[in-house]
Amino acid sequence: MQAGLINSDTNFSKKPFLVKARPYLIMTPALLITIGILYPFFTAIFYSLTNYSFRATTFRFVGLKNWTQMFMEPEFWHAILVTGKYALATTGSEMLLGLGIALLLSKESKFTRLLRVLLIFPLMIAPVIATIIWQLMTNNSVGILEKFLNLFGVYNFPWASSAKTALLTATLIDVWVYAPFVILLILAGLQSLPKSPFEAAKIDGGSAWFTFRTLTLPMLKPFMYIALIFRLMASLQEFAIIFALTKGGPGNTLMNLSITGYTTGFAYLKFGESLPYVLTLWLIIYLISRKLVAKWLLVQKTAGGN
Amino acid sequence: MFSTRRNIIALLSILGLFSCGSRKDALDIGHTDKSVLEAKKIAEVGGFRWDMASGVSIKVLLNQHPYAEAIIQKIPDFEKFTGIEVDYAITPEENYFDKVTTSLNSRTGEPDIFMTGAYQVWEYAGANFIQSLDPFIQDSNLLNPDYRIDDIYPGVLGTLRWDRVPGHLTGTGSQWALPLGFELYSLAYNKVVFEKFGLEPPKTIAELIKICETLQEFDGRGSYPIALRGSRNWGTIHPGFMSTFANYGARDFAVENGKLVSKVNSPESVKMTEDWVKLIKIGGSPSWSSYTWYQAGADLGAGKAAMLFDADINGYFQTGKGASKEAVNIAWAVMPLSEGQKEINSNLWTWAIAMNKASNNKLAAWLFLQYFTSADYSLWSALEMNAVDPARKSVWDNPDFKLKMADREGYYETFISTIDGTRILFTPQPHFFETTTEWAATLQSIVAGKYSSVQEGLDILKKKMDEAVEDIIIE
Repeated sequence: MQAGLINSDTNFSKKPFLVKARPYLIMTPALLITIGILYPFFTAIFYSLTNYSFRATTFRFVGLKNWTQMFMEPEFWHAILVTGKYALATTGSEMLLGLGIALLLSKESKFTRLLRVLLIFPLMIAPVIATIIWQLMTNNSVGILEKFLNLFGVYNFPWASSAKTALLTATLIDVWVYAPFVILLILAGLQSLPKSPFEAAKIDGGSAWFTFRTLTLPMLKPFMYIALIFRLMASLQEFAIIFALTKGGPGNTLMNLSITGYTTGFAYLKFGESLPYVLTLWLIIYLISRKLVAKWLLVQKTAGGN
Repeated sequence: MFSTRRNIIALLSILGLFSCGSRKDALDIGHTDKSVLEAKKIAEVGGFRWDMASGVSIKVLLNQHPYAEAIIQKIPDFEKFTGIEVDYAITPEENYFDKVTTSLNSRTGEPDIFMTGAYQVWEYAGANFIQSLDPFIQDSNLLNPDYRIDDIYPGVLGTLRWDRVPGHLTGTGSQWALPLGFELYSLAYNKVVFEKFGLEPPKTIAELIKICETLQEFDGRGSYPIALRGSRNWGTIHPGFMSTFANYGARDFAVENGKLVSKVNSPESVKMTEDWVKLIKIGGSPSWSSYTWYQAGADLGAGKAAMLFDADINGYFQTGKGASKEAVNIAWAVMPLSEGQKEINSNLWTWAIAMNKASNNKLAAWLFLQYFTSADYSLWSALEMNAVDPARKSVWDNPDFKLKMADREGYYETFISTIDGTRILFTPQPHFFETTTEWAATLQSIVAGKYSSVQEGLDILKKKMDEAVEDIIIE
């Protein structure tokens, strides 16, 4: 046995270079991607501790000044609130709609088969383009949604122009673009569920609500968690829809962490001051997604009967 | 424990590496001035020649605009004429300045030439991103004898001249860019609608508000009296708003004890803002807060709005054959002033071309600058490519151009009446985009009723503006 091992080592040393390098070559893409992620990340941490600005030719280390200043700004706490409200409104609506529509589409018919194909269309449109289309649809002069509301006696609905309805408008666009993603994911989950427990429940005379509550929902939970993780992470960092719609306005109504960070960095050219916003957003997403992934693993085990 | 300590040391080492790299970048600044001397040396040999940089390739960054379209049309002629190869890129305005700033900050020398406005010069000149054109203009070997710089309106050329001292007005110091064209602010209106309602163009803001009351839904639901910009950026403040602000006797900043101090909460500013908010509420589009240049101009052209208080050229682009539904019905009048005001103050925006300080091809870049701001090119672009308002007097005096303008009722007359009072009305300072974006956001909040009074909103804005400029010390 020992001789065999020695033989094997000798063989390895005689192997050509490419064979010996293979493990490292296989790892290289992952390593490059990791560096590509880590380099900007550490750069961001470093510059958040400086007064770096595109406007000045030099910069200096300012310690935690940018961070303490950010925590003292009312705009920061407002941005946290907007980020949270937007994420809850969009993800909540998308999950509820996603589940409801997926359940409706899980029944086999020509119509549902067609709808499943059509549902992919919003996902193929870039969020910025979708927002521009919605801006046209909600335009008070020519918008089709305005004309629709006119039928019910509602004229000049303010949509994104008013602080009271801007969040609702942005949420509508987000739901229109991303709800199909949730629907498709849950639908895939529904179609992969085993048939026998449902047949057994039917034979035992279980009601539709009982079957949904005790069979469908628990077994579907892992898929719902995946959708929730993806959508919550993306909506917390939403930029494109809000920026294209109002640039964070009216006033500061939709100034979330992404838009505040971008505006401070690119419009005001204060990079050192903008990075704490972006890094705080990263931290929030990291902590939430860690919690959700742990929960997902647990739910997956439960759904698998372990 | 050991692992945590090792991680902290690794993190600090990485941060240290970045720190060293960045200091080196900072020290490199200013080393490219030798390229100006090289250009002068080449020109010294045989005097000014259009082919003195033949064989050189330059990169040009353009904003999507009729001015850029005119340049692109003429690039093949320029290449043939000078032997210089031009590689251009065009970017939509929404992201244009992000791209310019990022490129200039990289100090790679690319692009050699870029389009800019006067407000951007206040940032770029201070950051040493932009080449002073004085060494080129003042060298007879480098300046085309036919260039006639004094043909450019002094007020327009002067907006691109600045001494880099925040608080100091434009018009003195180095020339940082040369104008392609410019805009001043006036009232464009639909003359058919005015005739139908028996109205005359308003002379004062009070009259304008009264007209807005008359023109409510003048063409049924969806139509409204006056198109104004309202989106959350500086573009909302600099057109009609800033001109009216100055006409009410208000000012954005004053220099006090070597510091810039915001004056946006002065009684004049409060009165003006109250009237402006009234104008928006009575006459503006219900979607005002999302309105940019494009929506405001398009609504006048489509007949949705009866008036447009914006750049004269915004209305101009809605005229001409097939440009818009109301193309032949648009006319211009001098902007309405405050009660009792006689003197017209109009803000000014100019699109200009400038040279990257880090460019390695400054001679070729300078030839490009001269060619595309020359009298011949300006006339051609104004006549053939709608590149208005031309910055050269000779173009305005040209009979063909006058004939072209005659189709636009009141355009030429309004221009002549306004040009003498046209200048940049903002106080030059490098935080311009921060202070004006906050200004636009506050205006949106006031219109939305967030504050109990205009005074309260402007008091908060003043505090924000003072904080934004607190690092500026004027010696």
